[in-house]
Amino acid sequence: MCVLLIMFPLLAAVVAAVVRTNRVRPWVLPAAAVSHLGLVIYILLRPETAIFNRWIGFDPPGRLVLLLLSSLFLICSFYSVGYLRLRLELSNRIFCVGLLLFLAMTTLVTCARHLGLMWVAMEATTLATAPLIYFNHTPRSIEATWKYLLVGSVGIALALFGSLFLAYAAVRQGVESSLFFEELLRDASLLSKPWLHVAFILLLVGYGTKMGLAPMHTWKPDAYGEAPGVVGALLAGGVTNCAFLALMRVDHVCRAAGESAYSGRLLVFMGLLSMIFAAVFMVGQRDFKRMLAYSSVEHMGILTLGIGLGGLAVFGSLLHMVNNAMTKGVLFLSAGNIHRAFDAKTTDEVRGAMRRLPLSGTLFLFGFLAITGSPPFGPFISEFTILIGAFNRRRFVVGGLFLTLLLVIFIGMGRTVLTIVLGRPSKAARRSSYRDGWFTGLPILASFAVVLLLGIYIPPPLRAMLNDAVRFLEVRP
Amino acid sequence: MVSALNMALVVVLLLNLFALGTSRIRAVVQAVALQGIVLGLTPLLAHPHPNLVASLIAIITIIVKGALIPRILFAAMRDVKMKREVEPMIGFMASMLLGALGTAIFIALARKLPMAPGHAQTLIVPASFSTVLTGFLLMTSRIKAITQAVGYLVLENGIFIFGLLLLEAMPFVVELGVLLDLFVGVFVISIIIHHINRAFDSLDTRRLSSLKE
Repeated sequence: MCVLLIMFPLLAAVVAAVVRTNRVRPWVLPAAAVSHLGLVIYILLRPETAIFNRWIGFDPPGRLVLLLLSSLFLICSFYSVGYLRLRLELSNRIFCVGLLLFLAMTTLVTCARHLGLMWVAMEATTLATAPLIYFNHTPRSIEATWKYLLVGSVGIALALFGSLFLAYAAVRQGVESSLFFEELLRDASLLSKPWLHVAFILLLVGYGTKMGLAPMHTWKPDAYGEAPGVVGALLAGGVTNCAFLALMRVDHVCRAAGESAYSGRLLVFMGLLSMIFAAVFMVGQRDFKRMLAYSSVEHMGILTLGIGLGGLAVFGSLLHMVNNAMTKGVLFLSAGNIHRAFDAKTTDEVRGAMRRLPLSGTLFLFGFLAITGSPPFGPFISEFTILIGAFNRRRFVVGGLFLTLLLVIFIGMGRTVLTIVLGRPSKAARRSSYRDGWFTGLPILASFAVVLLLGIYIPPPLRAMLNDAVRFLEVRP
Repeated sequence: MVSALNMALVVVLLLNLFALGTSRIRAVVQAVALQGIVLGLTPLLAHPHPNLVASLIAIITIIVKGALIPRILFAAMRDVKMKREVEPMIGFMASMLLGALGTAIFIALARKLPMAPGHAQTLIVPASFSTVLTGFLLMTSRIKAITQAVGYLVLENGIFIFGLLLLEAMPFVVELGVLLDLFVGVFVISIIIHHINRAFDSLDTRRLSSLKE
């Protein structure tokens, strides 16, 4: 079954490649997404049907990320149909194939049980998403793609180096070297400490680059700023969460080796540093798509901070991963619509988005309130949990800093967002023909409904999955 | 076998210095292709009794790194008609000296590392580290997009050398996956290079600077 889950999107990619017309091809995306999500839910309900082997299988955090990815992809696939209908002048063959390859490779990341295999899949997601960023073929989007490829490839190369160091930490001690997670966790206490320490730093920098943690985030504002909104949503909610999953697994090995103090300190430091960078660049940011990129840097920092703190904050971090991905879906997709309607993406030109696009403008505003942690939305609950987790551990300085940075970011982001959504649109903007349609509107509404639901009530199956994942990460085998 | 392996690694190190010191882009690509071929042979030298899997990896590595990837890069160069790297931010002589200095430091440093028995006599660790350093130098100091791509290849070669210590830990499938990623990566990079050339009329990455705060 697991293999089917990966083969299926690959097959859909082949279908998308052979379909001739631009009009029909995008429909492959929702078809593949619906069946993928159906298959994922079937496997989650009946774990016994999934055939596991040493290479491929689900651990509880992987299951959570897979469900999240599949749901986000479903939302984005319907949006893509609407979006590509507006862009019939460009061939969407590479775009559709890239999206489906992205789905296959991220699925492989979530169920890889071998550090090397996970690396291969992670690098493949970089390659599958690079062509998506330059869909528009403007010089600026090519520049963004070049930076994304170079920075991403160097980062991921360091992660490979770190993986090899981790294997050598076993060889050094005369243990048979292996990069299977199960065996790494089992032999963790035997690993050579100096090699383990260096390996963790390299893996943190490597996968941190893919997550977009500061100061390795430089590709992020460019890529998110120039890519179509739907690609931004999938990068901010998909690729970065896969990299976060990789980081969690590596941290798990580190903690199983009894080095939780070492890895925790580094993770908390990187998390807070990312939030500081995000705050600095978000205040006075005029380009709203770049602003969303810095918001993504901030939230990746929050996730890293959460697992670094340990205890209750790990639960908060995992819940925040879900909340952040869904809220980023709302923000990037509505930002894409606003960008299209105004043909601009800075506060100099974009005003009155709520008048011009009642649905997208309103959802953009609510998305902003949600992502900055206002009740009653999901991120409020998860950020609050991380805060309590920090105080439980008597980390008052960390907790205080976290709260202060959230406040600064709220004010900084609020200025930009309010300028955009309020006021009266210019004459030129009122003349452009774009209106919110079913396909470009409803998926955002669906994503927003999830964000709102998670703020009021966490469904028991999701809570059970979160608890499983926390228990799995806490256990020291 | 250790002396043969060390010999091959010395060749790799010399090719690093050559790649840092020359301004002709064709020569850099050729040097890295040769480096790939030498590296393809090293798993056979590192293994006391090469088995089928090690030989297969060697053959595939030589084909991908020595033939396929250089061919893609040459094709990209033909399209854009350019021969020489412009004077980089760190000069050719300076970067070559930096590379040599780095190699010397890594050789001295490697003695201090906690290595498994039998690994201390080989040049694997210093060669790996200085090749990674060479890759970084090429990627960060060179101006033309194609030389930066070559820098990425050299960086990957450095990691490959470290992998010689761990032939058992990296199963065949993963080795293949890494090579496939590298191949597809270079392919995507060469397409983007083509687009950079068309959009900017040059491969000068200094022109890629409109996106910033």
